[in-house]
Amino acid sequence: MNYLHHLLGTSAARGREKGGSAMSCRLLVGWTALGLSAWLAAPALAGEGPPPAGAAGARREELIQAEPPPFTPGIFPCTQCHSGPGDKTRRELTFHDDIKFEHDAEHRWCLDCHSNENRDVLHLSNGDPVPFTESYRLCGQCHGDKFRDWRVGVHGKRTGMWDGPKVYYLCVNCHNPHSPRFKPLKPEPRPLRPEEMRR
Amino acid sequence: MSRPRTSLPVLGEGGAPADPSRRGFLRNACAGAALASLSACGLEDFFHKSFRELSKEDVARVLARLEKRYSAQYGKQVAVAGTPPREGVEFGYGLDLSRCIGCRRCVYACVKENNQSRAHPQIHWIRVLEMEKAHGVDLAHSEIYYEADQVPRPGHFYMPVQCQQCRNPPCVKVCPTQATWKEKDGIVVIDYDWCIGCRCCMSACPYGARHFNWATPTLPAEEMNPATHYLGNRPRPKGVVEKCTFCIQRTRNGRYPACVEICPVGARKFGNLLDPQSEIRQVMETKRVFIFKEDLATQPHFYYFYAT
Amino acid sequence: MSGIVDFLAGCGRLVRRGNRAYYGWLGLLAVAILIGLGAYVHQARTGLIATNMRDQVSWAFYVGNFTFLVGVAAAAVMLVIPAYVYNWGPIKEVVILGELLAISAITMCLLFILVDMGRPDRFLHIVPFIGSPNWPRSMLTWDALVLNAYLVLNLAVVIHILYTGYHGHHYNKALIVPLVLLSVPAAVSIHTVTAFLYNGMASRPYWNASILAPRFLASAFCSGPAVMIILFQVLRKWANIDIKDEAIHKVAELMAYAMFVNLFLLGAEIFKEYYSATEHLLYTQYLWSGIGEHKALVPYAWTGLACNLLAFFLFLVPKTRRTFVGLNLGSILIWAGCYIEKGMGLVIPGMTPDTLGEIYEYRPTGTEWAIAAGVFGVGFLVFTVLVKVAVPIMSGTFHARAEPETSLPAPAAVP
Repeated sequence: MNYLHHLLGTSAARGREKGGSAMSCRLLVGWTALGLSAWLAAPALAGEGPPPAGAAGARREELIQAEPPPFTPGIFPCTQCHSGPGDKTRRELTFHDDIKFEHDAEHRWCLDCHSNENRDVLHLSNGDPVPFTESYRLCGQCHGDKFRDWRVGVHGKRTGMWDGPKVYYLCVNCHNPHSPRFKPLKPEPRPLRPEEMRR
Repeated sequence: MSRPRTSLPVLGEGGAPADPSRRGFLRNACAGAALASLSACGLEDFFHKSFRELSKEDVARVLARLEKRYSAQYGKQVAVAGTPPREGVEFGYGLDLSRCIGCRRCVYACVKENNQSRAHPQIHWIRVLEMEKAHGVDLAHSEIYYEADQVPRPGHFYMPVQCQQCRNPPCVKVCPTQATWKEKDGIVVIDYDWCIGCRCCMSACPYGARHFNWATPTLPAEEMNPATHYLGNRPRPKGVVEKCTFCIQRTRNGRYPACVEICPVGARKFGNLLDPQSEIRQVMETKRVFIFKEDLATQPHFYYFYAT
Repeated sequence: MSGIVDFLAGCGRLVRRGNRAYYGWLGLLAVAILIGLGAYVHQARTGLIATNMRDQVSWAFYVGNFTFLVGVAAAAVMLVIPAYVYNWGPIKEVVILGELLAISAITMCLLFILVDMGRPDRFLHIVPFIGSPNWPRSMLTWDALVLNAYLVLNLAVVIHILYTGYHGHHYNKALIVPLVLLSVPAAVSIHTVTAFLYNGMASRPYWNASILAPRFLASAFCSGPAVMIILFQVLRKWANIDIKDEAIHKVAELMAYAMFVNLFLLGAEIFKEYYSATEHLLYTQYLWSGIGEHKALVPYAWTGLACNLLAFFLFLVPKTRRTFVGLNLGSILIWAGCYIEKGMGLVIPGMTPDTLGEIYEYRPTGTEWAIAAGVFGVGFLVFTVLVKVAVPIMSGTFHARAEPETSLPAPAAVP
């Protein structure tokens, strides 16, 4: 809900910044933006989640998103700071230096995923914007096999009912998109050896 | 000849007793009378009938009696269900060996969910084997007691083992009292009140999946999970065998088992093999699946696979 | 009815009568039984955690003893075979002693099963009609069936012979001979079924070998008669029974053949494991050379083999077989060798490493030793009492009073 509000507020603000245009034009932009974002955000908001597997007559069971994208608190919306398109030159960033970038750093950098025009969305390789709540579509471009498995529940964690509503997780809920390799965990204690079990 | 093996009588369904023969009637009548008279003097436990032969009224009585006993014992309201298997359901379990990191969270989630003895003996239904990638599945060089600051350790992979819920279970074959049997949905269950503790089944199980209550289980009341099933996670007495039941108390109500839900890497998949849209069917149809100790023809419902 | 009461009273008198050595022996048995009882109470209260059995090695000392004693029970009656096949008088006389030994051995078997069960209070669950035995699929139900049938069979024969002997009548041949002949396949069956119990477990490659049942029978043929040989000499001396040397020597000769077969079958197993050298070799390896630093069984394995080999040569060479020193030494050695083979050499390696490759080295606890001592005490007591009653009947010194003397002599001989 916050997201939609911010999107609306942003586009309206942008209209104000640029100034000039008639009220109707601003309203048109605003409503289009609203409609577009609603269309984009609706699946996540309505809880329908990732698109179902391609099989004909597939059962659309209820898939509930577990968590929103794990933003650092206060960082979103990005357009708080990024008011418009920025420098496209590949470089080391100063503000976002807390991000350790280990995702094909040799060939990629931020703007390969983050939209230069609108920092509140990501973009696919053909330029189509993708909201953060559907970041899986972006991940799936390169990691198609994982994406296909995730869509049907074979990759990644799901909780809930095998026979009913399930809670699914976005890729980014488990894999930090900037440093996606799954981090090792501390294991739980080893079992007792039989000789350690005496009365 | 051994009695016909039937599923649990369904509460609320009109069902005949399991053995409709005259001998069965006499036995039921005598046992019913005996039960009624003996319950008063507490000898009911000694003379009770096998669970599968009870009428639905007797089942309800048994469950109510157990609920009362456990509630008093653990100081909280304990429910003991007798949920029967669902029609058209055959459970399948998938374990992604390319994902398991050996964190053992499944082991302890299972312990909490299923009310296992915490100490003397410590019972874990899931045992995680650490092996070397270079040697593959080599049980002789596997390690259950691995300790590390972080898992996965480089060069190692992890293989959790639990009851495989075999279609051709050797444990059911050897049990002398039919205290363990295979249900219609594929789960191999144990009646803890019928088991005589001979441990034939433990010798017969190729997967080390069955565990024995060598002493009265240590189950602290505050850690006890009160949502139980008669054939699943209700507190066990001393001297009987227990094992993974695919969290029968959860799965027969449509929920995932505890191990599936806790796994942080999503290595565990569970569902209805008869449903083409289920995750486990997707696994079977698209992944490289193998069966542990396949040469023993146990035909488990448990499948190991490699997603990548 | 009064006849039976008199008989039992007479038996009671016989059992109470004895010299110092006899009372010393009874005292020893009583101590063993009391120790066993105390230990069992502790085990029943604490649970089987009082043993050293755990999930990894879930059958051990009790089941090992059970397996060995089934062999003794079977073999005790094996003597019947040559008696009837060769129609050999000298052995016919002593067959009843074999049956008494069988009864005592089966009693111990049943007790070892009882102490090994987690819930002995639920033994009724295996009884047909009251419980729900998994017959015919479960080998343990077959074992329960044949063991109890064998016990009943032997009891029936012994009671009939002794009771009729007590009354000075000859036993009913039409009844006894078929039963005695039946006891031969019954004896084979108890040990074969016990072997099948292990044999049928595909999960334990060490046991899942077709050679197991023949090996069981071969070692039973060795160890059972060994007990008999020693017993015959003891009874000859102390109970005034006439047992001819011929009988003893014939039994020893048959044992020599059995020992050869026993060693041959062992050799066949060793060849298969070491030559094929699959992963299944691990279990055999654990027994004979250990795995890594796990070598607990190795001394026992080699000691057992040494006993068997030495006994074989003592019995093979007629010179040593015919001296009583050689005979008795050989008997003790083969008994020890078969005990090790069936106990430590069968049950423990079958479970070590376990099904997931883990090695847990098992050693019995004090509780297990105590309970085993108690069970053996009970078995020896049963045998002592039976012999104390049977011998006077057989020799005619214990008979019913107030029976007019008939022309039939009190039979000293039994089938």
